[in-house]
Amino acid sequence: MEILLGFLTGLFWGYIFQRARILRFEKHIGLLTLKDFTILKFLLSGVIVGSFGVNLLAQFGVISYAIKPTYLLANLLGGIIYGLGWALLGYCPGTTGGALAEGALDGFFGLLGGLVGAIVFAHTYDFWKEKVLTIGALGKTTIPSLIGVSPALAGLIFSLLLIGFCLFLERKGL
Amino acid sequence: MNRGWSPYLGGFLTGILLIVSVVVTQKFLGKPHYLGTSTAYVRVAGLLEKAINQGSEALSYYQKYQPKVDWKVALVFFGVPLGAFLAAVKNGEFYAHLIPARWKESFGPRPALRALTAFLGGFLIVYGARLAGGCPSGHGLSGMSQLSLSGFITVAGFFIGGIPLALILYRRRK
Repeated sequence: MEILLGFLTGLFWGYIFQRARILRFEKHIGLLTLKDFTILKFLLSGVIVGSFGVNLLAQFGVISYAIKPTYLLANLLGGIIYGLGWALLGYCPGTTGGALAEGALDGFFGLLGGLVGAIVFAHTYDFWKEKVLTIGALGKTTIPSLIGVSPALAGLIFSLLLIGFCLFLERKGL
Repeated sequence: MNRGWSPYLGGFLTGILLIVSVVVTQKFLGKPHYLGTSTAYVRVAGLLEKAINQGSEALSYYQKYQPKVDWKVALVFFGVPLGAFLAAVKNGEFYAHLIPARWKESFGPRPALRALTAFLGGFLIVYGARLAGGCPSGHGLSGMSQLSLSGFITVAGFFIGGIPLALILYRRRK
């Protein structure tokens, strides 16, 4: 059941990725060189729906959260390392396999690198855990809990802000 | 030429997929599964390493993320590629190539250089994502949708690392 659900979810997502051009090297590099905002528009419209929907459904107890804990230094440092790799590869962990399936054979080397990266991380995890994951460890912190508003309201406001940002991008012709 | 879907439509459908997935997995698997991909690399890496390196499963990171085919592995390594492949073939867009056109514009047609860079990029995105605790799906889409502080910091890191390097790498066009 678990495997089937994961597979089906991926099937839909891969189809969406391909149709929306999210698998293309050009689109990722276009974003990082600030020329083509396709990937950002895709991510933000996912968050617009997600932020509104997830927080509303959680308010009514239909679903529960799965908040990733905050580790200030590890989040930032890991994010930056990711960013460097992103500029080199031009795909992300979720889209590399899709890019390969669309015919981008360099994706194969990206996948291979990713698996080796995971193995090396597993061997170095204890170091990070001891030295870096202890810095700025704030637990499962959310923005609504920091500013003291209800998650459902914060989710709605955040969605509206992102819609405003997308309208701004379109008005600027970006 | 077929230009595919608007990124807003793709993102909207992704947001819906996120919500449906969380509702369905919470109901049928007992625990909400938010979309995310980089953990899948750890599971597969663990399986691969176990085959060649006896005793590697004792590593604390493989204890935390046990090597097995789970929901995310089915999603990332089977669902997404198949969905993308079906979409590409159905729309006549499957195109086998090793070097993306935009890469060639800056670095020329050398296959070994592209393969090596893709490998290194893949290594860094997964290594960085595991240090940060997630990728653009886990921290970006799912994390920001839940208004999680870690999501916003990590996504900022993606761009802090990625934009300057991409601007340097791809500035030059041959």
